[in-house]
Amino acid sequence: MSWINLSALWKIVVFGLIAGAGLPALFAGGLYSLSLGPRRARAAGASGAETDSDVLVGGSVVGMVLAVIAFLIVLAAIGWSIYEIYQIGHPAPAKK
Amino acid sequence: MLVLVVITALAFDFTNGFHDTGNAMATSIATGALGPRTAVAISGLLNFVGAFLSLAVAATIASGLVDTGKVTLTVVAAGLAGGIIWNLVTWLFGIPSSSSHALIGGVIGSTIAAAGGSAVLWHGLVSKVVLPAVLSPIIAALVAACGTWLLYRITRSLTEGARQHGFRIGQVGSACLVSLAHGTNDAQKTMGVITLALIANGTLAKGSNAPIWVIVCCALAISIGTYIGGWRVIRTLGKGLVEIESPQGMAAESASAAVILLSSSFGYSLSTTHVATGSIIGTGLGKKGAEVRWNVAGRMATAWVFTLPSAGIVGAAAYGIADGVHGTFGVVVVLILLAALGGLIYYRSRGTKVDHNNVNAEWTGTVAPTEVPAEKAAA
Repeated sequence: MSWINLSALWKIVVFGLIAGAGLPALFAGGLYSLSLGPRRARAAGASGAETDSDVLVGGSVVGMVLAVIAFLIVLAAIGWSIYEIYQIGHPAPAKK
Repeated sequence: MLVLVVITALAFDFTNGFHDTGNAMATSIATGALGPRTAVAISGLLNFVGAFLSLAVAATIASGLVDTGKVTLTVVAAGLAGGIIWNLVTWLFGIPSSSSHALIGGVIGSTIAAAGGSAVLWHGLVSKVVLPAVLSPIIAALVAACGTWLLYRITRSLTEGARQHGFRIGQVGSACLVSLAHGTNDAQKTMGVITLALIANGTLAKGSNAPIWVIVCCALAISIGTYIGGWRVIRTLGKGLVEIESPQGMAAESASAAVILLSSSFGYSLSTTHVATGSIIGTGLGKKGAEVRWNVAGRMATAWVFTLPSAGIVGAAAYGIADGVHGTFGVVVVLILLAALGGLIYYRSRGTKVDHNNVNAEWTGTVAPTEVPAEKAAA
């Protein structure tokens, strides 16, 4: 059935999921990892009503390293996909 | 005459810009991740860049939809007029409708009026426009719903404030990507139309790619339109559909960016509007307890279904006028009518003004926020 380009369709769904949901999830994972550590436990232990207990960076070194790695992967993936799109969108002229 | 058409096309691109700013930036503005004016400035800039990124969509518009042999400049001008009018009317009512479909509808309508149904490449239209139009919001909603669910799950243990803070940063990134994506898809459309006009005029050979000056002008037009900002549409998307928090905002924009960029690379002219709306609704579905205002969504869906045919009718009518008053003068008449209508719509919009000051006010059922009477507020 040539009305729907199935091959393009499934590519959009799959890569869409990977990039559109997966990358943010990785980012979220980075945030979570960033938040690990003593500072968060301390903040949580303090009075629950305090608004300055909204600490994002928990202080755990391992957590921070993992977070940075996660963020770098996200940035790299974005950079790579933009490059790919540029390549696809500017096809090289046919050789005479 | 060619000059007139090009100017009209750029005018369309401009309306496209302010219509679609919301797709990228509404969620970020609604959650406060970006200040309204900063957001539209960034969006304008990235749209400009994105326009250069991929040429695939322009090719589709220029050659894949109508038989370029049958298209005349008058047809193109009339089609553009149809698209512009639809864009302006929906803007007035704050309905995020597809500029893409407005344009395509207008061009198809005027082509049919001029040359009959056989001049339209129906197969190309369905497979590259209509089907993606229907499928893309569903795919976007799916991706966004998964994304939202994942995001909330993974950051379960973060405090509310920390989560909002972290995702606000993420939102900026994803909103930028959508602006870029929008440039690749929407600025391309107008380039396609101008290329179509150039081919119809004989300036370019059939099947040519868009020349550089076309790309630059379109990129400029759309980014300026973006910067002027379509506050009305931003408001509907950011506040009217789903009450959005940062994680949802990021999930929605990422889903939109991914779907749009992927589709652009296949040459599918998408409605970024449809995709963005689908994503936003998807985030409402992915988060437990989030409310989706289905009546607003319903109004939008109706507007969308009507977009192609309505723009088509206006395009056909515009062609009728232009053809009835032969030649260049005909096109001038249409353009004057267009400008008059545009002015009228703008004038009406001043009465219910939405700008960067009240774009985030509480949603009270209408696009323009209603004033709370002093007595009620004091009570």
